[in-house]
This record gives sequence, C-alpha cells and structure tokens, in this order.
Amino acid sequence: MPHDGHDHDHATTFQPDIKEPSEEWEFLEIALRELLIDKGVVSAREIADTVEAWENKTPEAGAQIIAKAWTDADFKSRLLANGNSTVAELGIVFEGTQLVVVENTADLHHMVVCTLCSCYPRPILGMPPLWYKSKSYRARTVREPRAVLAEFGTDIPTSTEVRVLDSTADIRYLVIPRRPDGTDGMSVEALAALVTRDSMIGTATALQPDGGRTAA
Amino acid sequence: MSRFAPGDRVSVAKAFPPGHVRTPTFLRGLTGTVVRHFGAFPNPSLLAYGMSGQPPLNLYQVVFDMDDVWDGDGEYAAGDTVAADIYENWLEAAPQSNRKD
Amino acid sequence: MAGDSKTTTQAVERAITDLGGLKGGPIDRHEHEPTLTERRIDAMMMLMRAKPRAFWGSDENRRTIESLTPEFYEGSGYYERWVTAMRSLMIEKGILDSGDIDAKLAEVRARFPSNAGADGDKS
Repeated sequence: MPHDGHDHDHATTFQPDIKEPSEEWEFLEIALRELLIDKGVVSAREIADTVEAWENKTPEAGAQIIAKAWTDADFKSRLLANGNSTVAELGIVFEGTQLVVVENTADLHHMVVCTLCSCYPRPILGMPPLWYKSKSYRARTVREPRAVLAEFGTDIPTSTEVRVLDSTADIRYLVIPRRPDGTDGMSVEALAALVTRDSMIGTATALQPDGGRTAA
Repeated sequence: MSRFAPGDRVSVAKAFPPGHVRTPTFLRGLTGTVVRHFGAFPNPSLLAYGMSGQPPLNLYQVVFDMDDVWDGDGEYAAGDTVAADIYENWLEAAPQSNRKD
Repeated sequence: MAGDSKTTTQAVERAITDLGGLKGGPIDRHEHEPTLTERRIDAMMMLMRAKPRAFWGSDENRRTIESLTPEFYEGSGYYERWVTAMRSLMIEKGILDSGDIDAKLAEVRARFPSNAGADGDKS
C-alpha cells in the first residue's frame, strides 16, 4: 500500500474514534513510546510505519504461496526443500528464522502449535489470531488434537495420522493444505481464495469451491 | 557435524535445569524418532541472557507417538504423533524401538 | 494447578509459559482486530529487536516473560505481558531509566483522569 502521506506527528495523540486508554499497561505503552521518541531511540514515524507495515502482512501472502504450490510441482518441491529461499521468489522476505513447509496428504495431517510461546510465520500469515496465542490452544493441542480439531469443525479420519508440530525453537512452520477435489483447471487466483489462514496452520482444511470445507 | 540422522531413535533428557530452555516439559524423558536435521543454531539458553549463543547446537525435529507421551490419557487416534524441535544437547541415542510401528 | 504430589512437583518445575499437555477449557475462537495500543506495542518490540538496533533477541524476551510472576502471567493479556517485558528489558539494557519511566507514567495517567485508577474494562 502506498504511503498515504499524512503526517505522523499525531502519533502521541488519539483519534476520536479510538477508545481512550484506561488500563495501566496501556499507559505504560504510551510512556515507553514517548520516552523512546524523546530520547531519539526511535521516531514516531518509524513506529507508525511499522504498525502500517504489519497491517499489510496478511494470510493472503500465504494463500498465494499455497495456490502456486498446488499448480506448480517444481515450485512445491523447492518450497518443501527450502521455505525461505522459495517464498523469496514471490517477493516475500522471511528472515531470522527458518521457514519449514509441510504438506498435508490423505495419510498425514499436520497442525501447528507453540506450547512455549506463540511462534508463528508472521511474514506469511500476519499477526497470529488470539486463539493461537491462547493458553487453551497451547495446552490442549499436543494432548487432544482431535478434540481441538473438532472445535474448529475439522474432522480428520482416524486412518489419517494427525501430527502436531510444536514450534519450540528456531523453526516456523507453514502447512500446505490438501488441494480440494473438483478444482482442476481453476486459476491460481481462484485457488488462493480457497486457502484460509486456519488451513495453513492446520486447524482446518481448505475451502471447497462451493464454499464448504473439503472432505478430509 | 550432526550426531543424529533421520530415523535414529533418541531420548530426551529428563532434566529440569534453571534458566531459559526450549525443551517442553511434556516431552522430557521420552523416546522418539529423528525426522530431520535443521542445521545448527545459536544456543537459546545462552542467547536468553544476552550471550552470543556459541557454540551453536544442532537442531532436530523429533516425532513421538501420542501413545508414548500420554498413554491413552488424551484425545487422539492410534497412529497420531507429536513432533517438536529439540536441540542436540537434550538428546541421547536410544535403542531402536522394539514396539511395532 | 493443584493435584497429587507429582502434579504439584511438575508445576513447580515447569516454566509458567510451558503449557503443553495441561488441561484447558474450550478455545475462544473469536477474531480480534488488534487495537492501536496492541499494534504499537508489537511495532516497538519489532523495532527494538530488529537491526540496526537489535537491543535484544527473542530468547531474551521469552526469558523476561518467563520471569513474570505466575499471578501476573495468568491474569494478563498477551500484549500486556509484552509491554511489561519491554519495560524490564529497556531498563536492563540501559535504554531507559526506571525513574524516568515512573515519572512519565504518572504524567500519562494524569492525562486521563477519568480513567486512571479505575478498574478498566478487560476486553
């Protein structure tokens, strides 16, 4: 998104439609930010630009990657072999951690959790949803994955191995969901629309072209 | 040089050291199978205190049978697994499984 | 986390962040658009950690969050923990002074007299 050119000097004020801070941690955010700006550690503009940059990182980037992998076998091979360098082909910068891409099949269904914190492939999926960071998801997924999947409305047959990936260290995982049946000949754009955020975490399957879930 | 290769059986140390560690408690003391070697990464237990993390540690994805982890006390199917990324200093070679796979 | 003696021992040994396998209620799946405050905390954290500043790394951040009290960890939101950790790390790294932060906080609270000290809504 091009920069809108409005000035960011109001970064320490509040726009009228935004709720006033009322809690101590919200005051702490203001205090730290103003001190950092006063001391020249960061500028208000840098903070505002970073906020804006994160708003532009959405799961659509991930959906583009998956749709391309579904339609281009060589790309998928490269993606599975080296996530970081392969997403760079699409202009996505993924640095600092190793991106590992795993593929869901009829025999193996991956789902990702971080039991120790909230590791998430943010350059590809944006900011993690609240549930991904929640204590219930982090606690339960490694022990009762099928109960968790059921809460997401996802039914994986017991003949398929569910493999929970606990993202404990320097690895960030992206799941390639199964390509839905009946999508032969669809454009990459149309396929990307079937790839939801949750299907790339593994708590859901991709959408059916008619809008439903794929049969697992 | 990595000590383990895919397919190797490994046991996770049943240790509870102080400080910052990245080995989840629920896997400590259990035996699993190496799936892949990711390379070597700076030691997070040292990085956590502002040190350089050298020497780096090999990092592996290790997969565990849900049944070995929870012994039935969970909601999973017979063949389900859980995998975690574990640094080499937490792993010891274990005998090949005598369980059926 | 009460239970038999084994469970209690484990609870003591576990870091407060180490949740794998513990019991939990239904997952709250509602979508939440991060507020401006949350986005700014996130942005500041990223700026502090990224080059060229690189004042601290993710493992130092995790260590700081692990050292929060269990009561605070249980009762706080995600970004509340982040901003609290950021304060500790800024003092630890000599980026900001503890007294300066307290003085600024008092000034900020005074800007919102109708809110400060009130029992804020938990969103």
